Amino acid sequence: MVDNDRGNRILNHMVLDQSPTLDRVFHALAHPARRTILRRLTAGERNLTELGARLRMSFPAVSKHVRVLERAKLVRRRVVGRQHLCRIEGRPLARAEAWLEGYRQVWEAKFQALDLLLDEMKREEAGRERGH
Amino acid sequence: MNRANTLRVTTPNDLEVVMEREFNAPRVLVWRAMTAPALIRRWMFSPPGWTMTTCEEDVRVGGSFHWAWSGPDGAQVMVMRGTYREVAPPERLVRTERFEMGCGPDMPEQVCTLTLAEHSGSGGSRTLLTLRVRFPSKEARDAMVCAGMEQGVSAGYDRLEEMLAKGEVDAR
Repeated sequence: MVDNDRGNRILNHMVLDQSPTLDRVFHALAHPARRTILRRLTAGERNLTELGARLRMSFPAVSKHVRVLERAKLVRRRVVGRQHLCRIEGRPLARAEAWLEGYRQVWEAKFQALDLLLDEMKREEAGRERGH
Repeated sequence: MNRANTLRVTTPNDLEVVMEREFNAPRVLVWRAMTAPALIRRWMFSPPGWTMTTCEEDVRVGGSFHWAWSGPDGAQVMVMRGTYREVAPPERLVRTERFEMGCGPDMPEQVCTLTLAEHSGSGGSRTLLTLRVRFPSKEARDAMVCAGMEQGVSAGYDRLEEMLAKGEVDAR
């Protein structure tokens, strides 16, 4: 779940919007390693080797995950000498969308099931009225 | 499904999450579906891999509710319980809610207010449901939304797989 309050505070200051980048954001967030990377980065810029060590992953493996995060515009990478420094992307929209959108989807799924249940209840009520 | 019946989620201030959703049904039915255990079980989906094991409701002021789920390995348990503060069928319900996870500290108590407003539409009575959840701190609220985010991500796997199959996402 959440291990960084500062990250949450940053996320919350963002504005909600709709855009096609959401699919990329969800793809990026769909892997636990990438969520861990994001949480690490909420504390500040980190180099890739350090992130890999934390995740017990090789440089190429962690680099691949960071690439997915970069495509979703969640992370920006800069190369300084032999170091690959990563930080959370300053353009915040995509993250804000994901932040509330996931919550919304969980509830929307429940409410769609409730729609079906209500239809059934309405039919039962109508049947009962006809029965009288 | 009616396109207008889309859930809106907003954070009007630092402590609250507000959900609004229309239903094509009179509010007495929505009320019943949201307060009768046998009906709650039919729409209150569990997180992926979890099963709802307990759903008890004593819907009166001072009465309590108790929901529980067991996790994928059967050992983990997640509980949500609380007490009703206001009960005014079929339009307003206020209750406290607290999540208890098997491990780690329990979440702080939140206050949930449900209001059902009925209006007539072309296809009969419609109900606007508003669910306002107030957390004791901004941190608690944001943590809950983030937890929802991870669940939402899991729930979105099907869509993701579809996209991967269509080659819309680079699967490397």
